[in-house]
Order: sequence, then structure tokens, then C-alpha cells
Amino acid sequence: MNFPIISSLIILPIVGTIFLFFIKSNEKNTSIKYVALFISLSNLILSLYLWYIFDNTNPSFQFVENRQWILGLINYKVGIDGISILFVILTTFIVPLCVLSVNYTIKYRLKDFLIAILIMESLMIGVFCSLDLVVFYLFFEGGLIPMFLIIGIWGGSRRVYSAFKFFLYTLLGSVLMLVAIISIYWISGTTDVTKLYEIGIDQKYQNLLWLAFFSSFAVKTPMWPVHTWLPDAHVEAPTAGSVLLAAILLKMAGYGFIRFSLGLFPVASEYFTPLIFILSVIAIIYTSLVALMQEDMKKLIAYSSVAHMGFVTLGIFTITQQGIEGSIFQMISHGLISAALFLCVGVVYDRNHTRLIKDYGGLVSIMPKYAIVFMIFTLGAVGLPGTTGFIGEFLILMGTFQKSFITAVIASLGVILSAAYMLWLYKRVVFGNLIKDNLKKLVDLSKNEIFILWSLALPTVFFGFYPELLFKTIDVSITNFLEMYEFNINTYLSNKQ
Amino acid sequence: MINLNFVFSEIFISISIMFLLILGVFKNRSSNLIYNLSILSLFIILISNYNLFGKDELTIFNNSYKIDFLSIFMKFLVIASGIFVMLSSSKYLKLNKIYKIEYPILILSSILGMMIMISANDLIVFYMGLELQSLALYVLASFNRDNVLSSESGLKYFVLSALSSGLLLYGCSLIYGFSGSTNFDQISANITEVQYGLTLGIVFIIVGLAFKISAVPFHMWAPDVYQGSPTSVTIFFAILPKIAALTVFIKFLYVPFVNLIDQWQIIIIFLSIASMLFGSIAAIGQQNLKRLMAYSSISHMGFALAGVAVGSNEGIQSSIIYISIYLMMNLAFFSCIFMLRRNNEYYEKIDDLSGLSKNHPILSISLLISLFSLAGIPPLAGFFAKFYIFMAVIEEQMYALAIIGLLSTVIAAFYYLRLIKTIYFDKELEKYDTNHNIGLRVSLAISTIIILLYFIYPSSLLAIISNIKVI
Repeated sequence: MNFPIISSLIILPIVGTIFLFFIKSNEKNTSIKYVALFISLSNLILSLYLWYIFDNTNPSFQFVENRQWILGLINYKVGIDGISILFVILTTFIVPLCVLSVNYTIKYRLKDFLIAILIMESLMIGVFCSLDLVVFYLFFEGGLIPMFLIIGIWGGSRRVYSAFKFFLYTLLGSVLMLVAIISIYWISGTTDVTKLYEIGIDQKYQNLLWLAFFSSFAVKTPMWPVHTWLPDAHVEAPTAGSVLLAAILLKMAGYGFIRFSLGLFPVASEYFTPLIFILSVIAIIYTSLVALMQEDMKKLIAYSSVAHMGFVTLGIFTITQQGIEGSIFQMISHGLISAALFLCVGVVYDRNHTRLIKDYGGLVSIMPKYAIVFMIFTLGAVGLPGTTGFIGEFLILMGTFQKSFITAVIASLGVILSAAYMLWLYKRVVFGNLIKDNLKKLVDLSKNEIFILWSLALPTVFFGFYPELLFKTIDVSITNFLEMYEFNINTYLSNKQ
Repeated sequence: MINLNFVFSEIFISISIMFLLILGVFKNRSSNLIYNLSILSLFIILISNYNLFGKDELTIFNNSYKIDFLSIFMKFLVIASGIFVMLSSSKYLKLNKIYKIEYPILILSSILGMMIMISANDLIVFYMGLELQSLALYVLASFNRDNVLSSESGLKYFVLSALSSGLLLYGCSLIYGFSGSTNFDQISANITEVQYGLTLGIVFIIVGLAFKISAVPFHMWAPDVYQGSPTSVTIFFAILPKIAALTVFIKFLYVPFVNLIDQWQIIIIFLSIASMLFGSIAAIGQQNLKRLMAYSSISHMGFALAGVAVGSNEGIQSSIIYISIYLMMNLAFFSCIFMLRRNNEYYEKIDDLSGLSKNHPILSISLLISLFSLAGIPPLAGFFAKFYIFMAVIEEQMYALAIIGLLSTVIAAFYYLRLIKTIYFDKELEKYDTNHNIGLRVSLAISTIIILLYFIYPSSLLAIISNIKVI
């Protein structure tokens, strides 16, 4: 029996929380932070090692563990392929930064917060690794509990409303998916994803099942018109919570679209592609316009997240090599950039206790270091060549052009709009004259903040110039995935004739 | 010669009831002794009942009493939860000055009644058991007789329950008239065609039983009785009679009347949907924790009935799993309520939970776990309970039932979240007492750990319950 490396990745943070639970801590003693940091860093190292020993040329799932779990019904099955490994590393990479960032943002009940974050990490790694629908559902829904507490306990003034909205919206979306999962079990006799890939699901059920999965993923993505929980949740969550939410939680749905919607229901995906295109385009244009009008920085970035995720869903459902790879790349890039943008907002919020754009202006003259990193991420969000944002959007648009010219043209407008709202935000916050008195006292980034922000900025730029490193990992898996998809569609078409 | 080993538990508990009653009358200040002896006798019958696992099924007393795996397992559940209930409530009784000798004896009698109900294979035996448990429960509900609410709840429960027993008895007589026997197996053999008299009889009996497990629209007594009774009785009400009545539901519908499934299935589906929805919606406005739990148990019973409505062995098994997990969650929740005590006074309003997590982190975590589990959020045990139910329901392609059920869990999630919000997000109050007795701590710890860690090895319970085959 090989060493169960994926299960260790999932379990390690939970084991860490048990340690944390027994450490005495109070408001002044922050040594507990280092314990959490140590746990999350060791998880990062473990996942990097996993990436190192991961076989790029092998299209099937690797490091698979399969154990009996629920008697005679469900097996606990986890494993990774080129698609999931990047999300796992994104998760393990973001969590230590979240832990580092608690210094300024979490003023009370630090221990509980760290425990919540680490449990969250376990569950999210579980989502990306699970190869069984029920196991997936377990991790997917389990994440609601810590996130509800993170928003509700450490959030801003309207935190209760936001926490409830977040919880109930996502739960409502997900229960239909549970019905679909159980139906799949009775239709196909298994919930094992790899087996389902092989035997397929009866065509006559696919449309309904696809819609049930869609209801869950659309809420989590979030897609227009069920995106309204996101700005509320983001605005009220503490910085570290927003980072987790934007960087990783939103990616669960994108990942789910690829792995489950496309993989399990190819015929239905083909059928519903126009729907996704329309919703994505509306999301891109509409939320970009909404973002233009925001007065709250965090809300603006939250709406920009919806627009960026619109690109992701658009790319996934082009069902082309470029589109899907672009979407995955866009998700990774958005994970880095939006996380960093929320941290940037957090930096000034901790100093000045306001998130309104009009309360700022001219920060460049007193916070030059801040201005530099903020600019990098602004340009990344705009999609400037040389950052990861560009490559993702470019590939997605390339994929879209192959499928639908008009969609691609409208979606391209979104790129312009994103430049408009991001640069305008940057101009109003950082440029201009420093006239407000309370801003004159602000201090520039501390070492801790510099470290966090630059460790996000470096990969953003690095992968912008050298995306090959990531594509090498996902290429074979995606090619294989699309071949399987084409095969399923063709068998369906030949059966029909 | 009848082998009385199989009814040793029932005989032993009857003898100990009489013995304890005599002891209580003749010995002064013996309430503590009697309480502990009752727990001991429950332990003894728990063990003797445990030894029956794995034995072949058999019927005794002219086929009127049946010992099979279902009845052994359900009796085991009843006795075990009886022990936990008694362990956790002793301090409550002392502080409320109702620590009297009659209390444990009444509990034992009602457990005896439930055991007879569970094993009954004959309408008359079943009715006898039902009445024995109900009579004890009437007294228990009004046990705190100086309290107006408690007296009210006892009276209310008595009047409504007597009415439902009357309906049930009338149903029994109709069935006897149309099938010519009171024995379950005989009835099943005698029924050859659908007769309206029989259907009517089934309906009457279902109404009576629905009343006992408080399924909508026969739920009206539950909120008042839950709120009015002493908390130690409320926890008893919330768990034990439900287990017994659900078993009777299963046995009654699937042994004599399995061939008439077309006649009763739609009624059960209606009861199930109505309970799930009503329980979830009505709980939203509640302010009292016990009252809230009444509505929550109504909606949980709706889920258990959904399993019964399916009409397959898997459905029955799933509803038994549901009730087993339900009892754990209720035990955990009520143990937490028992801990809301300040200066020897118990608190039971939702507002009293405000900011609990500041001063009592461990108690709050337990409440958090039991509440999320009651709401059915994975990976806690409550999710698996619902999962098994919907596995069975969807297998029979009853999609409407499944979707309505799951939507009602979303509604229900709202009021559980409201409690969590009060505990975690609101301003803290004064500290509560922390000197709880060991029994209460143990029952809270055991139930919470089972709920939390159930997901690691869910097969264990499933493996036991998959032995239950009624059809």
C-alpha cells in the first residue's frame, strides 16, 4: 500500500486544529498564529511535493485511494489529475497567506478563526480531490459551516444578514444537486466518477440532472442572476475570509462545471451551452457596469469577481482545448489577483477604517510601496499582457471565437469595461492630491504585508510570462478529457441516427 | 413450554417496578436510592436485551408476541435512550423539587409499555402496551404539579391522547370485524381483497399512531406539552415514544397490511410532506427552545415517515437509521439545555443563549454540532440520516417527496442558523453555572462525539440495521 498522500493533505489541517484547540491563547498571545502557519506551510510543502512527483504525461487519475466507506453503497475515493492538482496547490498556497494576514484584521477570538480557516482548507482540498459524487458533496457542503462562522463572527456591521444569505442561497442550490447525485446512483448503479466516465449516464435523464448540478454550481460560481449573495458576503467578511472566498471557494464551482457537468453529462452540456453563454455574457457586461458604479472598494472587487467568473464559465462551455485551459488558468489567476486585491483593500481599511472610495485619494505620495503592488494587481485584473489575467482571458476569447463570434465580441467588451472600473478605482484611491488630513498619517506597508502581497505578485507576473509551467501540468488531462467528451457525443449522435 | 428467556427483560422490569414501588413506600427519603436502582435495572435489561441479538426470531404467547431483530433493536434503542435520559436529568429534578420516588417508576412503566408495543404481534397486546406507556406519560407531563403550564400540558395531553386512543381502538375493532382476527399474521392471511371497512380501520389506526408521533395534522398537542412539561420529561417525550410509535407504524403497516399498500401509502406520504413543511415553517417564529424543539421534532418525524412511505425494506431501514441518529441529536441538544442553569434556575428561551460562545466555548461547540446536524449539513450525522432516507425515496422514484423534503431542510436550516447566530454572533450574558453532574456530562459527550465522528465509519450502524427485514 502506497503512502496515502492525498488523504494526508486533507487530514493534516484537521489534525492541526486539534492541537490548536488545546493551546491556551488570549488577546495578547498570538503565538498560536505560528502553530497554524506551521501546519498550513507543511501542507503547502506536501502539496508541492505532490506536484513534483505528479506524472504530467499520464492522463488518468493518480494517487488514487479507494476505501469502502458506506457499506455497499459508497466508496471513499480520492485522486488527482492535471485539472485538480493546480487547485489543490492554489488552496495550500493561499491558506498560509490568510493565516499571515490575521495580524491586523482579526482583533478577537483569533484561535477560533484559525481553526475555522484550517477546517476550511481541509474541506476545500477534499472538494478538489474527491472522485466520488457523495464524497464531493460532503466536502462541498461541509464548507458552509466554517464560512458561515467566519462571516458571521468576524464580519462587519451587516454580517448576520450576509452570513444567512450566503448559507441559505448555497444550501438551496445544493440540495437539488443531492437529489441528482442520488438519482445518478440509482440510474447508473454507482457514484464513482471514473466509473461514470466510462459507462456514461442515460441520455434521457441528462438534462434534468445537468440542471440540478447547475443550480448548485451557478449559485457557488456565482452566475447572474443568483450572484447577489457574493457582494454581501464579501463586504461583510473579514479580509482573510474574503480572500478565502474569492480565491478558492468560487473555484469549487468552476472545477465542478468541468469535472461533473461536462464530464458526466456531455449531451446535456452541449444542449445547454447557449444558456451558459447568455448568462455568462450578461454576467460579464452587467456586473462590470455595476462595478463601475460602486462606492465601496470591496464591493467593486466583488462585482469584478462575478465578471471574471463569467469569463470562466464562458470558457468552460466553449468545450475547446483553449477555452477550458483558459478557464482553468483564469481561475488560478483570479485566485491570486482577487485575493491580493482584497488584501490591498484590507491594508487601507485596517489603517483608516473605511472602505469608501471617496474617503481616499493621493495615497501614492505617502504609501509608494503600496501603490506599486496595488498597481500590479490592478493591471492583472485588467488583463494586461505580462500578467496571468491576460493569458486566461485571451485563451477564453480564442475558444469562444471558434464557437460563437457574436458572444466573443460582446465578451471582449467586458475586457474594456474591466479596464475602466479597475483603473478608475486605482486613480481615485492612489492618484490625485493628498488633501484629506486623516490620510496624511497613514504608514506604508509593514514587512508582513510586503511579504504577503509580493508572494502573490510574483506568481502573477511569473506565470504571466511563463504560463507553460502550468499548461504542462493540465495539457494531457484536458486533451484526454476532451477526447472522452467527443467520443460520448459521437456515440450519442450515431445512436440517434 | 414457552422459553421465558426471550421476555426476561419485560418480566424483570415489571418485577423491579413493583419492588421499587414497595421500597419507596416503606422506606423514608429513598428517592435517590430508587432513582439509581431504576437506572441499574435499565442497565440489566439493556444487557439481557443485547444478548438476544443474533437469535432466531420467534413468536410466543399464542403468536401474540414476536421477538425478531426489529423488535430487539428498537427495544435496545428505547432502553439505551431511557438510561441516557435518566442520567442527564437527575440534577434538574432535584433542583426543581420533583425528585420523587414516583418519577423513575413512571419512567420504567412507560418503558415497559413501549417494549410491549414494539414486540406486539396482536392488536390487543399492542393496545395494552400503548395505554401503559400513555398513562405513565400523562402523569409525567404534569409531574411538576405546582406549575400551571405543567398541569395544563398534562391535561391537554390526556384529553387529546385519550381521543386518539379511542379512534385507534375503533380502528382495531373495525379490522377485527372485517378480517376475523386480531393477530397480525392472521389478518394478513385473511385479507384477500380490498374492503372499505378495512381501509377505514387502517385510517383510524394511522390517525391514532400519527397522534403519538405528532405528525401533522395531529400535532397540535406537541408544542404545548413540550413547553409545559419539565425539561426532563420533554427530552423523554422527544425521544422514546417516537421510537416506539415508529416501530408500531412499521410493523402495523408492513405485517398485516402490506398487501393494501395502495390504500395507505398516499396517507403516509401526505403525513410526511405535511409534517416536514409545517414543522419547518412553524418553528421559525418560536422564542422558547423547548417549543422550537417540538416543531423541529414534528419535521423530523416527517422525514422518518418518508422512509416508511417508500414501501421497501430499504425505506424501513432508512427510517430506523433516521430515528437512531435523531435520538442522538436530541439527546445532545437537550443535554445542552440542561446546562443552561444560573443560580439553580433553568433557562429555556432562545435569548438566553445569547453570546454563549464567549463564556462557554465547549458547550457552544456541542450546541453548534448538534444544531448543524439537526439541520442536516454534512459531514455530521444528521446529513447521513437524511441521505439514507432520500436514497430509499429516490430508489422508488418518488421525486416530489424527495424535493419537497430537501426544500424543507433549507427552510429548517434557517431557524437552526438563528440559534447559532444567537450563540455565536450576539452579545454575551452572565455566565452560567458549570457544576454539572457527571451523568449529564457523559451523555452530552457521548452523543456529541457520535454525531461529529459518525462520518468516519458510517457502515457500522448500517451493517446492523441491514439485518432488519420486515417484508
